[in-house]
Amino acid sequence: MKQFVNIVADPIYSFPITCVLYYYMLKYYKFFGSKKFAWTVTLIAIPVFLIMMADPNFYLIITWPDNIPITILIVAVSFFTWYSIHKAAINDTRQEEGEVPVEATPENREKVWCWPNLVYTEMFAIIAGTVFLIVWAIVFKAPLEEPANPTWAPNPAKAPWYFLGLQEMLVYFDPWMAGVVLPGVIVVGLIAIPYIDTNPKGNGYFCFNDRKFAISSFLFGWLVLWLYLIIVGTFLRGPNWTFYGPFEYWDFHKVVAEYNVNLSEFLWIKFLGTAMPSNILVREALGIVLSLGYMFGLPPLLAKTSFFKELISKIGMIRYYITIVLFLLMFSLPIKMVLRWAFSLKYIVALPEWELNL
Amino acid sequence: MSKKGIADYVRETQVWKSIFRHGPPNNARNRAAVVAGNVFLHLHPIKLKKSGVQLGYTWCMGGLSFFVFLALTVTGVLLMFYYRPTAEYAFNDIIALREHVPLGIMREIHRWGAHLMVITVWLHMFRVFMTGSYKPPREFNWGVGVILLVLTLLLSFTGYLLPWDQLAIWAIAVGSNMAKATPFLGHGGPGAALAQIGDFVMVSDKNDVRFQLLAGRFVGEPALLRFYILHCVFIPLVVGVLIAIHFWRVRKDGGISAPL
Repeated sequence: MKQFVNIVADPIYSFPITCVLYYYMLKYYKFFGSKKFAWTVTLIAIPVFLIMMADPNFYLIITWPDNIPITILIVAVSFFTWYSIHKAAINDTRQEEGEVPVEATPENREKVWCWPNLVYTEMFAIIAGTVFLIVWAIVFKAPLEEPANPTWAPNPAKAPWYFLGLQEMLVYFDPWMAGVVLPGVIVVGLIAIPYIDTNPKGNGYFCFNDRKFAISSFLFGWLVLWLYLIIVGTFLRGPNWTFYGPFEYWDFHKVVAEYNVNLSEFLWIKFLGTAMPSNILVREALGIVLSLGYMFGLPPLLAKTSFFKELISKIGMIRYYITIVLFLLMFSLPIKMVLRWAFSLKYIVALPEWELNL
Repeated sequence: MSKKGIADYVRETQVWKSIFRHGPPNNARNRAAVVAGNVFLHLHPIKLKKSGVQLGYTWCMGGLSFFVFLALTVTGVLLMFYYRPTAEYAFNDIIALREHVPLGIMREIHRWGAHLMVITVWLHMFRVFMTGSYKPPREFNWGVGVILLVLTLLLSFTGYLLPWDQLAIWAIAVGSNMAKATPFLGHGGPGAALAQIGDFVMVSDKNDVRFQLLAGRFVGEPALLRFYILHCVFIPLVVGVLIAIHFWRVRKDGGISAPL
């Protein structure tokens, strides 16, 4: 059983599984958002977690001081994802029956005094927050390792946990993409959301039906890409950033046969059976054409499909192009992941001469 | 009139009346006065929609983020009394903070609080998205919030170096190595080789963005001082100003979102 989990946790399997689970979560969101589902999962998860904690390797990685916040994050995000879907399901059912969302009932539109209604809630939140922080600080010592030693690097050397999604992207992209361009795109893309999502519905209440496209794309980025990669980067990456299952001992001598090939090598050596051309632009021509086509050729082509035609008629050309470019950049990561697993593809464009690898 | 309690005597003293210029908040007039007449409470509207005060709607994550930020400011100032940002003292001062200082959990609160703030800020953004609260008229405030989210991560990141242990310098080394690969601005990034005139290299490891960040080519003592100033002075000031804008705009954009 542990062996099985160790194998399945590998991103090759766990990423597609996560995507499938995500799809079914949204497809049957009313079932997912039911109290029955939440209780069942909780009652199963607690004993499973306790059994897993009995494993020495799993115990070690969970109780490593800097990983404690991630356990709290996973629990919190699981709960709040369920909770928001739960409230969305209630409001959607109400709207299907011709009623207004809970937040829009006359009772909830009523104005109440800030004192005591809000001030007291805030006071209790402050007290609860203080107690939580003090208890946390007493129970768990803050992480502290040996004094800094610039001549000896620990293996693995990991960034702070909230950046581990980016560090995990380094498996599939070079630092200029994973560490600079894509984080920049995330920030710009987040700021752009209110300006490209012109759907007037779903403002000020939980719902899913009214904004299916917006919610499913945001949750895909937030849960499936960002959080999933943080979990992989934290719990499943050991020395040399090699994959280790949750119950696997971090053996420094684990050897992983990795033989990744560039697209240009596929084309010239494997397919055409000739030597690599000396002109670097000719050598990488196919990769360059594919990459440029993906970023600049695909948007106008997609604009002709009926799905996007309808979108363009709603949001206009400029918003469409910004949206589609953000989406293509977001999906470049899963595309690169799948290409790596399916064809051992290293770079689509490999120009180490210019430090430009894609 | 019923028997006077001790609270009523206190309320009638000149000292009390000089601080709180209104009676107890048990009628409409005084409930308005208590919120409007207090510098901390006047961030709130006097009355607000019932849906906006419900924990089930707001999750209180924005408020908790602000609370944790204040807790971090207080514990951070206390830590600054004991901590010296030099390679010689930094690590020993951290050891002393937990071994020799009375109530030696300030560093623990500060460290865990920093992680907690990242979590609460993420959850706040998650809630704001799920309720569609970024939609007009709140587009601009969503943008301010995204910048605050980035600054929260940078605050936590710059603080990560200060204990000056193995965890600290190598986490920062991994993070700052990314800056090396910035297109055109990092010496290991695409385009940097183009900025070369003859033998003169314009973007090198002695002047690229990583050098500006670390004040050197590796994580050394100048980087420690630089991160200390960023962490304790510069970023908190920027965050403070942006929080003020963020809160101000919440009020100006119509308070906590509710169905139109």
